Amino acid sequence: MLQVVVLGMVAVSALAVVAARDPLRQAMVASIYGLVLGILFFVFAAPDVGLSQTVVGAVALPLMILLALAKVRGGEE
Amino acid sequence: MSAAVRRNVFLMFGAGFAALLLWSFGGLPDFGHYAGPYGDILNASSIPERQTTAVVSAINFDYRGFDTLGEEFILFAAVVGVASLLRNLRGERDRRPDDDARGRRVREPSVAVSVLGLGLVGPTVLVGLYVVVHGHQTPGGGFQGGVILATALLLVYLSDTYVTLLRVGPMALIEFAEALGAASLGLLGLAGLIWGTAYMENVLPLGTAGHLLSAGTIPLSSVAVGLAVTGGFAFMLSEFLEQTLVVRRRR
Repeated sequence: MLQVVVLGMVAVSALAVVAARDPLRQAMVASIYGLVLGILFFVFAAPDVGLSQTVVGAVALPLMILLALAKVRGGEE
Repeated sequence: MSAAVRRNVFLMFGAGFAALLLWSFGGLPDFGHYAGPYGDILNASSIPERQTTAVVSAINFDYRGFDTLGEEFILFAAVVGVASLLRNLRGERDRRPDDDARGRRVREPSVAVSVLGLGLVGPTVLVGLYVVVHGHQTPGGGFQGGVILATALLLVYLSDTYVTLLRVGPMALIEFAEALGAASLGLLGLAGLIWGTAYMENVLPLGTAGHLLSAGTIPLSSVAVGLAVTGGFAFMLSEFLEQTLVVRRRR
């Protein structure tokens, strides 16, 4: 039952990533999606993959997007 | 190609793809009914052979340690790539990181963000260190712990200024951690050759499963990977922040 709920959350947040069109907002939504996907791996008894997914999908990837956006939007005087 | 044709092509192939996907899901084994032999063999042998309770770490840092060495150098190459892409180009100059373009001081974060961020730095470092050094006992290991440790540096930036970040994690220290981690993982493998067995063979005493000092070279590899990953992610973070906050295109 828990697994079905989390699968549903993954589906909803994955759609939300696609539906968010503004890159800044998309980075935030992608971070939530990464966290939910990490929880999915955790409830399917794969805590190692869950941890990797959480640190990469919820932290590292959105961070790189945010930093790249900051560089693209700033950078000129 | 007009929009209608494009949509029809998409719908055709999308439907085909969905049908194949559903068909293949029907053939999957039920959850918890693993069929292959290797997982069962490793589950049974990781404690008697390696004194390691975390089977995934036993595979990553021992049975398939060579793959991890390759992955480590993929990350290393990626960091080198970021460094060469984010160097100062012609027509770019550095400005002082502590002022803004119009000569004002940089806006500081709100007190709430500062307090929360600084309060989280300590626990984040502790969790990161725990995950790195307990790689052979609990889920996680050098990679996961390393990224957690690097986010502590991000918290410092979020709750204070870029200047403080440079003081807490100077570029030279970050580069040194990255290089030391990558090099010690490669050199750890040489221990096997010196002892006359194979490269990356687990040659240290194994101890007792569940003790912090056990599992031979597995925790050492985990710490080496942790150093390299912390260094790599912290390096990318600092490079990107430098690009955003310091480097300016010359008018």
